[in-house]
Amino acid sequence: MFEGAVQTMSSAEAPVRMPEKVTVKGLNFFYGKAQALFDVSMPLYGRAVTAIIGPSGCGKSTLLRVLNRIYDLYPDQRAEGAVLLDGTNILDPRLDLNVLRSRIGMVFQKPTPFPMTIYDNIAFGVRLYERVSAADMDVRVETALRRAALWDEVKDKLRQSGLGLSGGQQQRLCIARTIAVNPEVILMDEPCSALDPISTARVEELIDELKSQYTIAIVTHNMQQAARVSSQTAFMFLGKLVEFGPTGMIFTSPSDSRTQDYITGRFG
Amino acid sequence: MNPAADRSLARHEGIALTQKRVFTVDRLFHVFTYLSALAALLLLVGVIVALIEGSLPALAKFKFGFFFRDMWDPVKEDFGALAPLFGTLVTAAIAMIIAVPVGIGIAIFLTELCPRALRRPIGIAIELLAGVPSIIFGIWGLFVLAPFLQKNVQPALIGAFENIPVLSSLFAGPPYGIGIATAGLILAIMVLPFVTAITRDVFQTVPAMQKEAAYGVGCTTWEVVRHIVIPHTRIGILGGVMLGLGRALGETMAVTFVIGNAHEIGTSLFGPGTTISATIASEFTEAVGDLYTSSLIALGLLLFIVTFIVLACARLLLMRLSQRPGL
Amino acid sequence: MMNRALYARRRMVNRIIAALSTGAAALGILVLALVLATLFAEGFAGLKLSTFTEMTPPPGNSGGLLNAIAGSLILTGAATLVGAPLGIFAGTYMAEYGRYSRLTPTIRFINDVLLSAPSIVIGLFVYEIMVVPMGHFSAWSGIVALAIIVIPITLRTTEDMLALVPSQLREAAVALGAPMWRVIWKVSYRAALGGMLTGVLLAVARISGETAPLLFTALNNQFWSTNFGAPMASLPATIFQFAMSPYPDWQRLAWAGALLITLAVLLLNVFARVLASRQRQR
Repeated sequence: MFEGAVQTMSSAEAPVRMPEKVTVKGLNFFYGKAQALFDVSMPLYGRAVTAIIGPSGCGKSTLLRVLNRIYDLYPDQRAEGAVLLDGTNILDPRLDLNVLRSRIGMVFQKPTPFPMTIYDNIAFGVRLYERVSAADMDVRVETALRRAALWDEVKDKLRQSGLGLSGGQQQRLCIARTIAVNPEVILMDEPCSALDPISTARVEELIDELKSQYTIAIVTHNMQQAARVSSQTAFMFLGKLVEFGPTGMIFTSPSDSRTQDYITGRFG
Repeated sequence: MNPAADRSLARHEGIALTQKRVFTVDRLFHVFTYLSALAALLLLVGVIVALIEGSLPALAKFKFGFFFRDMWDPVKEDFGALAPLFGTLVTAAIAMIIAVPVGIGIAIFLTELCPRALRRPIGIAIELLAGVPSIIFGIWGLFVLAPFLQKNVQPALIGAFENIPVLSSLFAGPPYGIGIATAGLILAIMVLPFVTAITRDVFQTVPAMQKEAAYGVGCTTWEVVRHIVIPHTRIGILGGVMLGLGRALGETMAVTFVIGNAHEIGTSLFGPGTTISATIASEFTEAVGDLYTSSLIALGLLLFIVTFIVLACARLLLMRLSQRPGL
Repeated sequence: MMNRALYARRRMVNRIIAALSTGAAALGILVLALVLATLFAEGFAGLKLSTFTEMTPPPGNSGGLLNAIAGSLILTGAATLVGAPLGIFAGTYMAEYGRYSRLTPTIRFINDVLLSAPSIVIGLFVYEIMVVPMGHFSAWSGIVALAIIVIPITLRTTEDMLALVPSQLREAAVALGAPMWRVIWKVSYRAALGGMLTGVLLAVARISGETAPLLFTALNNQFWSTNFGAPMASLPATIFQFAMSPYPDWQRLAWAGALLITLAVLLLNVFARVLASRQRQR
């Protein structure tokens, strides 16, 4: 469906037909009477990182928040169109939202550890879906923290409050919390914008490790970050998807002049 | 382990046991909290209905003229609300006339003149004092203020205005110590921390930049208050004053001790009188006969309606203030 | 060229107003200090060990306030147990489930009015709905009357505190798939706990000193009683009766009781403020 799916990568790799984990089809989104997304269609490929970039207000966070239907919390926000997860339209009102969110997780811009111990932060999500014995829970917590590259730093303070960690550690805790429930897709809404450069680098390393197992969509206003971590990039402007393709191509030879302007820093 | 295969998205397909229970708990809690919220609403309706029901015997006998008759004879079972109503309004008026200027003055002091180090302690002291129960002020009034006024202040005032036409009846003796004026004074002391705290809070919402701009042009403190602070907070002050008024109208214990409990409408401030709440508090448990009790409840209904109107207006004003910052 | 006369007048006006407002502050502080000073002086003079160990005496005798203190503790405690959860859950609905419902602003408005409503009217209400059908005064009616005063306070604080919980925190829990009630109990309540407790403490402080609602519900009791179906003694009602009487013994006990109530109220308020400031620091 999309050229990017079959186009060769910048190096001489054989063309790979990547499976589409999530497909957005003709998505329109409204805040009350104001329309924020106009007929957006794009894929998220499995076990790959897709970056969504664009100037402030272009709708990238709005798009992300449709994918796990978190906008449902607010009555005047609504979405029209279709978003398919493995073929099932998640915009269907009959959908079980809690299960959806166990399959599509989200990491937010500001680190939001729950007001509980580090251990409980992780266990909270697991307990929602599974009855796990105490010993098994210890294993789950450790696994999640190891995968988030946080285990060594917190293994002695599991029973302390999550609020006592540094910003970067808190964000990795939130990532650990998200992967503890074994989602298939992870949505990240500017996960590093509140972090210092060193923590940012660690989170980016983490994303790199995670991409072999999860489908990741990351909204970022940092273009270098997008270029570093993603294999596909979507450029959005004023609520429309302007261009979508392999990251290398978007950044070196974009087709649309607006993409070009944004990349070279002409605006936003 | 690929749990994804187990996690079908459809609502009706195999959901793990934990999920199903969780859904009903959610519904239950939602309904439960909803009912609790409704209870708050129903409470108000309940109060009004119960009061009306209790007043019906009295209102049936005396009709609406009840609220304007000056008569209170338990023996003949003839009742009228005018004296208590008069007392309520007059004592509240006295209280506000004293408490509002003093309260605003203290608020000005706290926000503009007071040394910074003292601001928090004094502010906290005022808020703590606003929480002191009214009965304390009542007994202080009875045992300390009333005797003091009776011995030292009232005779002097009575003598001073003896020969001046209107004022001589306003300040006529004998000096009881207790009475309308004393009750108004005690009410003023009670309402003062309240008015001060609200006015001070409202004053603090004025953006520092606007005040600095005025000071920078060379305005004196008073000019800043008069031309910047007060126009900015006019509605808030009014709302706070009305809240204080609502309190003063409904106050029972501070007043009952010192008002004198006499169903008269005198012309002298030093004379005894009664307020609606003082009447109810003093006479309810001794009221014999349905008509007596019903009249007292009718008084309560009147008080509730009056305070409701005052408080509702106050809240409306304060709501508008929070929606329009800057004017 | 500055107009000297005008400038002098401005300065004079400013000085007068400054003097007046400083005077107002001094007057206010003086009067309130006087009240407290008298309270402490008379109260401590009447406070003895017997105040805590003996019952309220018949006129002309000495005694204590034991039954009144116990009664107040029972009435206040029970009223808080009944009223606080109702207020908290109502506030929870308004801040969490019903955030965008049209019912919520209405309830908030009504609640704010009830908050400042004359407490004697509440007493009349409970008289009508409980004392009359029951045929007699009882502690139960007193508890209900006090609970009705507790509800608006706890409702208001709970709603305010829950509204302060950052929406991102809630979203993070929802994004994990948690149902609303778990989000509330495990995340929102935990985040707002200090503030909610402050509300409860403030409510307790308020009802500790309330006299009017008890006057014709729980009435008063000269003897020791833990029977909820009968009138129950309370400090405020006892103070009312004793202070208005002509007996010096009773008046002394009234002052002692007043001191006890004031100390309790002040302590609760201080405690509540400490909790609130610790909550803010998180």
